[in-house]
Amino acid sequence: MLQEILGISLIFVLTVLLALPLGRYIAKVYLGQPTWLDFMSPLENYIYKVCRINPKKEMTWQENLAALLTINFVWFFWMMFVLMNQGWLPFNPDHNPSMSADLAFNTAVSFLVNCNLQHYSGETGVTYFSQLAGLMFMQFVTAGTGMAAAAIVFKAMKEHQTNQLGNFYSYFLKSCTRILLPIALVSAVILVFNGTPMNWEGKANIVTVQGDSVQVSRGPAAAMIAIKQAGTNGGGYFGVNSAHPLENPNYLTNIIENILIILIPIAFVFALGFYLNRKKLAWMIFGVMTLGFFLLLSVSVYFEMQGNPAITKMNINQSLGSMEGKEIRFGAAASAFWGIATTTTSNGSVNAMHDSMTPLSGAMQLIDMMINALYGGVGVGFLNFYIFIIIAVFISGLMVGRTPEFLGKKIEAKEMKIATIIALLHTFLILAFTALSSYVFTQDPSVGWLNNPSFHGFSEMLYEYTSSSANNGSGFEGLSDNTPFWNITCGIVLIMSRYIPIIGPIAIAGILANKKYIPESAGTLKTDTATFGFMVFAVIFIIAALSFFPALALGPLAEFFTLR
Amino acid sequence: MKTHIVPAFLMTATLFVLLVVIYPLLVWGFAQFAPEKGQGETVSVNGKVVGFANVGQKFTEDKYFWSRPSAVEYNAAGSGGSNKGPSNPDYLAQVQARIDTFLVHNPTIPKSAIPAELLTASGSGLDPDVSPQGAEVQVARIAKNRNLPENKVRALVKTHTQGPLLGLFGPSKVNILALNLALDNL
Repeated sequence: MLQEILGISLIFVLTVLLALPLGRYIAKVYLGQPTWLDFMSPLENYIYKVCRINPKKEMTWQENLAALLTINFVWFFWMMFVLMNQGWLPFNPDHNPSMSADLAFNTAVSFLVNCNLQHYSGETGVTYFSQLAGLMFMQFVTAGTGMAAAAIVFKAMKEHQTNQLGNFYSYFLKSCTRILLPIALVSAVILVFNGTPMNWEGKANIVTVQGDSVQVSRGPAAAMIAIKQAGTNGGGYFGVNSAHPLENPNYLTNIIENILIILIPIAFVFALGFYLNRKKLAWMIFGVMTLGFFLLLSVSVYFEMQGNPAITKMNINQSLGSMEGKEIRFGAAASAFWGIATTTTSNGSVNAMHDSMTPLSGAMQLIDMMINALYGGVGVGFLNFYIFIIIAVFISGLMVGRTPEFLGKKIEAKEMKIATIIALLHTFLILAFTALSSYVFTQDPSVGWLNNPSFHGFSEMLYEYTSSSANNGSGFEGLSDNTPFWNITCGIVLIMSRYIPIIGPIAIAGILANKKYIPESAGTLKTDTATFGFMVFAVIFIIAALSFFPALALGPLAEFFTLR
Repeated sequence: MKTHIVPAFLMTATLFVLLVVIYPLLVWGFAQFAPEKGQGETVSVNGKVVGFANVGQKFTEDKYFWSRPSAVEYNAAGSGGSNKGPSNPDYLAQVQARIDTFLVHNPTIPKSAIPAELLTASGSGLDPDVSPQGAEVQVARIAKNRNLPENKVRALVKTHTQGPLLGLFGPSKVNILALNLALDNL
C-alpha cells in the first residue's frame, strides 16, 4: 500500500528532476547554441546536403506550414503502401496477412498523426517490417513534426517583429537527431537488459509445464517501445501494449517507461521558459498543468486502490485494489498513475485495461483527454495550451477593461476567431461523432460493437472518439472497432484533430509575430502570475469540463452511481 | 507545395536509413551484450524449454499453484484483457463462478480471504505473478495434494516472494512458474 504510493511519487519526482535539465537542453537545441551532442552536426549537414535544404534559410509561417504538411502527405502514402503490402514484404516470419483498405487507412492515419490508435493487434496484425519501417518510423518523425511546430511558435513568441520564423526542416531534423534518437537509444538498451526482446525470430512454440501447447510472440520490440513512450506515440509492439510482460517486464521498466511518457512534454514547458528567458511564465504554465494533473490523478488512484464496489459486495478481499485488467507486478496505484499520465500527454500506451477500471477512473481519463493540454503531446501539447492562454488573455482583458496583450502583442479579432475555432473543434468532433455512433447503435444493435451493456457501453464509444480527437490512442478496448464504420470515422476525426490544431496556433503565432511590439507598461496584464494561472485554469475548466459534462453524466458518472 | 516535395522525399529517405536501419541495428547490437541476448529469458526442465520466465502460463491442476484467470488462456501468440466493465452483470456472474470454483478446491479457506486477483483476469492475459497472499491461500490445497507439511510449502512461497523494488517501491509478487517448478523439485 505505502510502497505503491511511494512508487508513483518516485516516478513524478524523477520526471521533474530530469525535465529541468532536458528543458534547458531543448531550448539550446532550438536556439542553435552549442550542446554536448554537437558531434551529430556532420551527420545533420550531410542530410541537409543530400536533401538540398539550406537549414539557415528562414521561412514565413505559411512556408513552414507548407513544408510540414507536404512531408506528412508523403508519409501517408508510404504508410498505406507498407500496411497494404506487408504480407509479401520481407521480415514476416509469422506470415501475417496484409491489411484491408479501411484498416490500413485507419492505422496509417493514426500513426501519421502521432495518435497510434490501434484497431489491429500487434502479434497478428502487422509484420516486423511494418512494425519498424512503418509504425516505428512514424513514431520518430511525427513526434519530430510536433516538436518542430512548437519550435516555430517558440520563435514567434520570442521575436519582437518579424515574419521570419526559422526553418521547419532544421527544427524537425534536430528534434529527431538531438532529442528523440538519443533518448530512445538509451531507453531501448535499458529495456533490453531488463528482458524485453530484440530479435528477428518468429513465434516460439512451447509445451508448458502442464502440457499445453502455446506460442510466444517475439521480435524487435525494444527499439519500438522506447520511442513509442518518448515520442508520446503510445502504439504498442504487442496487442496489450505495456501491460504485456515482455513489453514491460518489471516495476523498474514500468518506472522508466512511465517517466518517458511525461518527460518530453514537461521538459517542453521548461524549454519555453529557457528559450524566452521567462522562467516565471514557464512555472506558471507548469503549475496550472500540474494542478490539473494532480486533481485527476488523486481521484483515479483513490478509486483504483479501493477496488470494484460490486466485488466488495461479494465479500472478497480487495486489499490490492481493483485488479481486473491489471498486472500484479505494477499494482493498482501504478496502473492508475499510468492511466492518467498517458491521457494527460497524448501518449495512449496502457499498462492496464482502461475498460475495466472503476467508473470514475474512466471519467478522469476522459476529462484528461477532453482538456488535452495538461502537459499534452510532444510539442503539440504546448500548442493546445497556447490556445487556452490566448483565450484567457482575451477574457481577462475584457474583464479588467484593458487591451488584451500577450508578450507585447495585441490580441485582436482574427486571432481570437482562430483560437475559438480550435477550442470548439475538439468538443464538436467528440460529441458529434459519439452521437452519430450512438444513433447507429440504437437503430441496429446487431452491429455488436459493445463489449459491455448500458452506461459502460456508451462510455466505450465516447472514449474511442475522445481518444481519437485528442490524438491519444488508448481505448476502452472492449469496443469491436475494426469495422469500416469505426476505421473510417475515427480516421476522419484523427486527421482533423491533428492538423487544424497545428495550423491554428502557428497561424496565430505568425500573425502576432508580425505585429508591432508594445513594450510592457503599468497597464500591461501580467501573464506570469498566479492570478493569471488561475484564470487559465478557469478557462480550461469551463471550456473542457463543462461542455462535456452531459456526455460524462450519461457514461461514467451514471455507472458510478449505479455501482455504489 | 512544389518547392517542398523534393526535400520531403529526400528527407524521408535519409531519415529512413538513420531511424529504421541504423537505430534498430544499434539496439540489436547492444542486445548481444545483455544476459539473454534480446531473446527473452527462457526456463528449461531436463533440457527442454517449458516457458519464458516473464510470460505467465496456465496452471489449473490442484497440485500446482494456480495462476490468475486469463482472457486469452495464456497463449502468448496473442495477448488481451477481458475488457469487462466493473458493472457488467455477465462479468460479475463470472467472478461469482470463479469464487465457487475456488471454494470447492480450497474448502479450508474462508471467502473473505480470497484476494481479488485470483478472481479477475489480468491486463495482458499473461500475468506471470500472483500476490504473496494469492499464493498463501493455496498453500493448504497444495500441501494436502502433495502430502507435504504446510510449513514446507509456505517456506517455499516465502523464498519465491519478490519484495518491492529496493524494498521501497511497488507491490510484492510471486512468480508462479518458478514457484511451481521449485515445487516439482521438492
